Amino acid sequence: MNKQCRICCLSLVSLTVVFPVRAELVKSGYEYLTPEMQAMQDDDFGNPGMIVVDQGAALFIQPDGEGKSCGSCHGEDGSKLDTKQLARYPVYNEQLKQPLTLRQRIILCRNTLLNVPALEYADQEALQLEAFVRHLAHGETVDVDVSGPLAPYYRAGETLFRSRYGQVDIACHQCHDYHAGKNFRGQVLTQGQTNGLPAYRFTEGQVAGTHERFTQCLSKLRAEPYAPGSDEYVNLEVYMNARSNGLKIETPAIRY
Amino acid sequence: MIQTRLAWLVVLLLWALPLSESARAAESGPPSYFAWKAENFAIEEPLGGMVGDPVRGRAIAADQMRGNCLACHQLPFVEEKFHGNLGPPLAGIASRQQVGMIRLHVVDQSRFNPETVMPGFYRPAQQLNRVEKKLEGKTFLSAQDIEDVVAWLATLK
Repeated sequence: MNKQCRICCLSLVSLTVVFPVRAELVKSGYEYLTPEMQAMQDDDFGNPGMIVVDQGAALFIQPDGEGKSCGSCHGEDGSKLDTKQLARYPVYNEQLKQPLTLRQRIILCRNTLLNVPALEYADQEALQLEAFVRHLAHGETVDVDVSGPLAPYYRAGETLFRSRYGQVDIACHQCHDYHAGKNFRGQVLTQGQTNGLPAYRFTEGQVAGTHERFTQCLSKLRAEPYAPGSDEYVNLEVYMNARSNGLKIETPAIRY
Repeated sequence: MIQTRLAWLVVLLLWALPLSESARAAESGPPSYFAWKAENFAIEEPLGGMVGDPVRGRAIAADQMRGNCLACHQLPFVEEKFHGNLGPPLAGIASRQQVGMIRLHVVDQSRFNPETVMPGFYRPAQQLNRVEKKLEGKTFLSAQDIEDVVAWLATLK
């Protein structure tokens, strides 16, 4: 083997070490759970998150003053919804010229087409509907396209993900990119993937959607949280969901 | 007669109440920040010239709302379970490092590692981003707390 060939081989080997295949890097929070917790998530009767999904299912077919409900268009059990499309959220909306998260899509749909009191982003009913609709796409592969008009929002979200916050002065990526799998007291740190959201958390004892989860994180950092549905959280959700591309949707997941 | 006395008592109480409240506010107001200087990866002078108490320091290290060192470090605390492992174990730290270096680790670990996940327990407040409103302008631990923790760490030989 001549010298040039050897250098070439060496650089190829080092390249594969430095840039491993991305799919191997992305790990669902499920893989960091204990076997008991995994069994709990897999059992629809044992999974506490299913309560919120059921509440969402009931809201989905609750008729408004004129007898119309979400189910009137999308099927009583939501079977007319395209699960592949659900896995693509957040998407860019051409009419509004802005990204839409799944929850924003649901709220917009309800508030304009149904004769019901307007839903706010932070409302419990909005979380329940989101959990139900995303659960329909359980097992579908997360597939957020950030190559087109979502690109600037993705970059803005990544900046937030890499900014230090609060009195604790840590950025999201410092724990979730560098320290996944390590123990933070009784908890195991995960990569912070969003494929299981809305998810039930043992430490909070309730189901949280993506924006509620951001608020929990920022509060832990002793930082002033942003508002649910704010531009910052939407951008962060665009980034985080795209970061989870390739993982299977697990809604409602169970996490530490 | 009793009624007049009671009325006076009420007046007295109403007058004293806001006074005592403002007195308390003045006591717990924004604590003064003691500037520190790091040289050769160490802060030799105790913050504000304070004397640390290792017994208090040990309690702060275990307290989830204050030091919470256990969240990330294994410590020689047999009575506590689930020690974290984000940072290195700290048993015997004082035989590996001088007190001045230990102090800088607690005050601002980013001087050693810019990508550290250890909170800057006494990092200058103006360096921080979007701190919770009620904590604005305050450090994570007070200068006295820092000195207590440093005094306790110095006993881990």
